[in-house]
Amino acid sequence: MKVDEKLVKNFFRVKQDSHITIDQELCKKSECKVCVRICPAGLYELNEDGKISVEYTGCLECGTCWISCPYKAIKWEYPSGGFGVQYRYG
Amino acid sequence: MNGVIDVIVVGGGLAGLSAAYGLAKAGIEVLLLERGDYPGSKNVTGGRLYLEPIRSIFPELWEEAPFERCVKKERLSLLAKISSLTLEFDSEEIKGQSYTLLRSKFDKWLSEKVEAQGGLIIPQKKVTGLLKENGWVKGVVVEGEEELRSNIVIIADGVLSPLAQQAGLKEEISPHRVAVGVKEVIQLPQEEINKRFNLRDNEGVAHLFVGEVTEGVFGGGFLYTNLDTVSLGIVIGLEAFTDSKEVSEVPRLLENFKSRNEVYPLIEGGEVAEYSAHLIPEGAFGLTKKLFGNGVLLLGDAAGFALNHGITVRGMDFAIASGFFASEVVKEAKKRNDFSINTLSLYESFLRNSFVLKDMYNFKNSSEILWSVSRLYNYYPRLVLEFFKDIFFVPAENKEKLWKTFCRYSKKLFCDFQTYKDLWKLRGL
Repeated sequence: MKVDEKLVKNFFRVKQDSHITIDQELCKKSECKVCVRICPAGLYELNEDGKISVEYTGCLECGTCWISCPYKAIKWEYPSGGFGVQYRYG
Repeated sequence: MNGVIDVIVVGGGLAGLSAAYGLAKAGIEVLLLERGDYPGSKNVTGGRLYLEPIRSIFPELWEEAPFERCVKKERLSLLAKISSLTLEFDSEEIKGQSYTLLRSKFDKWLSEKVEAQGGLIIPQKKVTGLLKENGWVKGVVVEGEEELRSNIVIIADGVLSPLAQQAGLKEEISPHRVAVGVKEVIQLPQEEINKRFNLRDNEGVAHLFVGEVTEGVFGGGFLYTNLDTVSLGIVIGLEAFTDSKEVSEVPRLLENFKSRNEVYPLIEGGEVAEYSAHLIPEGAFGLTKKLFGNGVLLLGDAAGFALNHGITVRGMDFAIASGFFASEVVKEAKKRNDFSINTLSLYESFLRNSFVLKDMYNFKNSSEILWSVSRLYNYYPRLVLEFFKDIFFVPAENKEKLWKTFCRYSKKLFCDFQTYKDLWKLRGL
């Protein structure tokens, strides 16, 4: 089962603006890719242009990417009140 | 809202809710701010709650708590690539000591108890900062709104706790102090769960897996039976990813675990109802500098109150107890009308006299030990499984005497200096 198929089972209330930003200056891109490998929702991707991008809407709010980025290139905060994933089982 | 409230609690998890419940019950004005739609909507457990440590805390609650199943079977599996060894401990004697639960339902129920006692809960409110004045915490800043002032702020905003760092109570979290837990909730009819796990209604199983699940690094797999769902997932230390490039991606690790022969038949045909992830403090208590300050207390996961001794994994009992003791201290502070560290330091004294800090200190190195003995996740399970393979296998030629097989593996294990080094470390568990 693909991770996208799992994410659609969750309830998300998506906000227009992202609660995650990547500092492309600090990011070591293809040399590192810790975020790509570690995000449980598989939201990080190395694009063709060599940059890492993130699809914030499926964020499970664990904060793993933020803590594990070796270059502190990920700025992460909780989504605004009432937004983001709303667990119905937990 | 104008004026100064007695207590603001940040975070509607078990720590925050327990504090609010204790305070509301004592008639103290308490406002709990929760960033989700309701308390529980942002919370995740594996998991189960060990009840013995907290049975005497709020005893009126546990009889009617919305637990899923009462754990009667403890299973532990060692996994190698294509073999496994499972130990099952089934006893009436442990029945009732722990219960599986789902946080969305459980925390919501506890929040209703808080409200029934007169506590005020406002959901969908994210606290972005603390109001600090001359070394005191005087209230909180709510996103997009006004500042709220209180005599005491209770910080219970979970493992990441941005507020604890702001308050100067905690150091920044580093990857080797936390693990990530990833979980699927899988729906299966209640009778089907009873049948597959050989259980009666309301009886449950807690199953931990170690070895190949995490491809040989710190962590493991878990399976807990709920009423009509199964909680299945993996836990893996972040360090595995920051230090090496060999471990598979997290979603892949979970899929590999699910497809194993030991797991797949148990969940076959079940529908995935939810997919969640959460960080788990693993020795994160070491990051906590202080549990209190002028006008502020630190609780639960935010304080790093969690313990993993390999076989038992705990956190929620500590959260509830820390909430209870926080409420007791605030009652005293209110009586003395002193919200400074002179009175709030009682919080640490109460915790020291309880299982919370006794266990935290007693097992303070557990996570580090489990982390550092890396052969627990690869070499030892493999060796044990090779031994059992040789014991059970009947070859075409003559079979080795059992004693000789035993000696051969003992030699492998004990004529190895690393084994002694590991045993020496494991003494600390």
